[in-house]
Amino acid sequence: MTIDFAIILIPFIMAALILLFNKQLRKKYLGWIVLIIPVSLFLILTTYIPRIANGETYTHTYEWIPAFNLNFTTYIDGLSLILSLLITGVGSLVILYSIFYLSMKESLHHFYCYLLLFMGAMLGVVFSDNLMVLYAFWELTSVSSFLLIAFWHHRKASRAGARKSMTITVSGGVSMLTGFLMLYVMSGTFSIREIIANVEKISEHSLFIPALILILLGAFTKSAQFPFHIWLPDAMEAPTPVSAYLHSATMVKAGIYLVARFTPVFGGEMVWFWTVTGVGLITLFWGSFNAVRQTDLKAILAFSTVSQLGLIMSLLGLGSVAVHLGYSADTVIYTQATFAALFHLINHSTFKGALFMMVGIVDHEIGTRDIRRLGGLMSIMPFTFTIAVIGSFSMAGLPPFNGFLSKEMFFAATVKILQLDVFSIESTGILIPLIAWVASILTFVYCIIIVNRTFLGKIKPDIQEKNPHEAPLGMLISPFILITLVIAIFFFPNLLGEYILKPAMASVYPTFPSAAEMTPHISAWHGFNIELLMTIGVIVLGIVLYRLLKYWKKIYRIFPQNWTLNAIYERVITTSENVSESITNRYMNGKLTHYFIYIYISFVVIVAGTFVALDAFSWNPRLDAPVETYELLLVFIMIFTAIGLVFAKSRITSVLLNGVLGYSVAFFFVIFRAPDLALTQLVVESVTTALFLICFKHLGALKPEPSSKRVKVSNGVISILVGATVTLIGLAVVNYEKFETISTYFENSYELAGGKNIVNTILGDFRAFDTMLEVVVLFIAGLGVYTLINLKAAKKEGADIENK
Amino acid sequence: MESLIMILVGILASVGTYLILSRNIIRVILGTAIYSHAVHLLILTMGGLKKGDVPILSQSEGPFTDALPQALILTAIVISFATTALLLVLAYRTYKTNGSDDFHELREMPDE
Repeated sequence: MTIDFAIILIPFIMAALILLFNKQLRKKYLGWIVLIIPVSLFLILTTYIPRIANGETYTHTYEWIPAFNLNFTTYIDGLSLILSLLITGVGSLVILYSIFYLSMKESLHHFYCYLLLFMGAMLGVVFSDNLMVLYAFWELTSVSSFLLIAFWHHRKASRAGARKSMTITVSGGVSMLTGFLMLYVMSGTFSIREIIANVEKISEHSLFIPALILILLGAFTKSAQFPFHIWLPDAMEAPTPVSAYLHSATMVKAGIYLVARFTPVFGGEMVWFWTVTGVGLITLFWGSFNAVRQTDLKAILAFSTVSQLGLIMSLLGLGSVAVHLGYSADTVIYTQATFAALFHLINHSTFKGALFMMVGIVDHEIGTRDIRRLGGLMSIMPFTFTIAVIGSFSMAGLPPFNGFLSKEMFFAATVKILQLDVFSIESTGILIPLIAWVASILTFVYCIIIVNRTFLGKIKPDIQEKNPHEAPLGMLISPFILITLVIAIFFFPNLLGEYILKPAMASVYPTFPSAAEMTPHISAWHGFNIELLMTIGVIVLGIVLYRLLKYWKKIYRIFPQNWTLNAIYERVITTSENVSESITNRYMNGKLTHYFIYIYISFVVIVAGTFVALDAFSWNPRLDAPVETYELLLVFIMIFTAIGLVFAKSRITSVLLNGVLGYSVAFFFVIFRAPDLALTQLVVESVTTALFLICFKHLGALKPEPSSKRVKVSNGVISILVGATVTLIGLAVVNYEKFETISTYFENSYELAGGKNIVNTILGDFRAFDTMLEVVVLFIAGLGVYTLINLKAAKKEGADIENK
Repeated sequence: MESLIMILVGILASVGTYLILSRNIIRVILGTAIYSHAVHLLILTMGGLKKGDVPILSQSEGPFTDALPQALILTAIVISFATTALLLVLAYRTYKTNGSDDFHELREMPDE
């Protein structure tokens, strides 16, 4: 087994081990044991950095179902390395943080098991080259996210949030799968690398644009892009370490990863450019606009994550224009948007991770995340305050933090795109920098809100009473590592650019000859240019808007409450639930008779219908055996008895008539040369009749059927149709001589089995196993009868467990 | 003879169906019993009627009647007896617990 394969597998193995050895592991040490996994994986992955930076890539294929082109192919290149480093790196910090965050009373083994499950699935997503394998891991991340959001499943909001995220991300996943299948139809391969290599052969195909849109749907739902972002704020019901890890640093980046991965395939299309850029910008604006109005710190961070994901997405859209233009010395400049996207991807994980952990600390120590109740914590929690300031200022795009660098590059990219005159950018393109700028002002506003409302001002009396204090050291380690990175990246951005981002650029633009050319020198200062002016504008206007917040906050009330996206989503879900329930209740009404009617009607329609459609009926009475008078008599006795049964008024009559039928059948067995059957039938019929009679002793009188005449007539019609169909089949097949009989084989029974009664040898020798199992069936039925008779009515169980 | 038996099988199937569509548990069980009669006759007829001697080697030199359907039916008789017995006890139990053997009335009762 090679290392890359092991990297994906190890988290899964560990997850299973945790559950297996749950009893033996002390809860106290569980987190520390789990921590070994991401840390060691991270260290292994760092050894890849220099080799990948040299332009190498690693591929390994394990044949899985080669007949269907399904291979487990791992592929490590610059792009997947970035994501995998984030997954294991942030994963390590989050687990370290969880050790101190989660109480010993929680079911920790479940928590870590789900977390490892997620880690493995996510690594699978970024390392898979085969689309089907990627899809499987993709859905597995949705499942583990579902489990983690509902970790506190006694809370209704947790369950609702988990369900919402599952519904939205999995529907997106399914549409993505459809897109993948379309790609397979066009290219004949599931391998992403092969598709990229043969992209010009498929780009004219009529399925190309539908595949593009379907795959984008998958990416947009996963990365919480407008209008699918509504699941992310609800997912904040998860424990805070989970929010920091899945819903800000890694899982929501899967959509970004997918878009970057498919840029070489679809990047040349105008639809791709405008959809990715447009949706990204709308998300950027809408997220930051909504973040300002939130009062829950975690909700602010949720909307801000939505907004930042939109920022990265729009950058990838802007960068895709370079694929369309193709390589030349002038077009390299447009790849810088993608560079900024990847750069911001990393930066966002650092500062947002730190901010989430900061909110977790506040929540943990103070007991609330509501900014209306918080304030003045600066003096009590100086370390937490530092984390908040650095995280927020980086997010707002201020120096000396890494967010400043990527924000400047973002502005530069939005302005630069205006020079182009492809994709009709010249007409509406001016909106791109404008929306970006307005959204950044709003971002600045909510960043001030996070810091000011939580840490400045006066401390509220009810919080003061609780005697709040700084978080334990253990909880501060992880966020401090992250904010150290925030500052370190600002001072040494080109290290990151050279070793991590450059090889990733080569994976996004495989047709561009030199990755070094696409790697700009990042510097904090490059003169008074338009980007810097935009940043200054953001700061000035941001402060003004924050000061005037109470005057313009009214605009949030303009939107009618029942037309928010959430309300629409709820309405769609409730309506579809109601409709499906009412449809189901209509035919699944619990009446046995109705179910039988469905069965009979389908039987008649399918069987008799096929006979009619294929004109399959045949009847050869010439081959029939002659009929004797006494046989005719027996037939008439049976017919009359059967019809009599329908009209029988009392139980005794019915049972006796049934007995008559049974004994008549026994007579037929005699006539038809089947003595064994006749004997068995006689015994069984006698016992059955006796059983019926015993049973009736305990039952009340047979009531006349209360059904209406209409029901009786329709039942009669159905019955006659069923009987007619049976006769039809019987007559058609009775003299069917297509195959030679196999019965002659058994006639050799004396030599083969040592018995002279052929029927007996079939049952006792040739098909002895069948007979043995039949005995088992009898035995089980006997047990059932015995239990049912002796069973005492069980006491009613307690009331259902519901919300606490 | 075969055609006649097939018509009889059809009539038995009709009666069985009508009883199964009833609301009363006992009638439904009777319906299944009649179904098994019908099916036994059907299978036996498939092997051809009165085309040979009793399939016991010591009784004649042959040709013998097809023994395979007979073996199948023998199994079926026993199994149908087992299921009928089980259903009957189930009906008895239902009646004891709920005081009714009418499906629609049982349906109206609250679920446990």
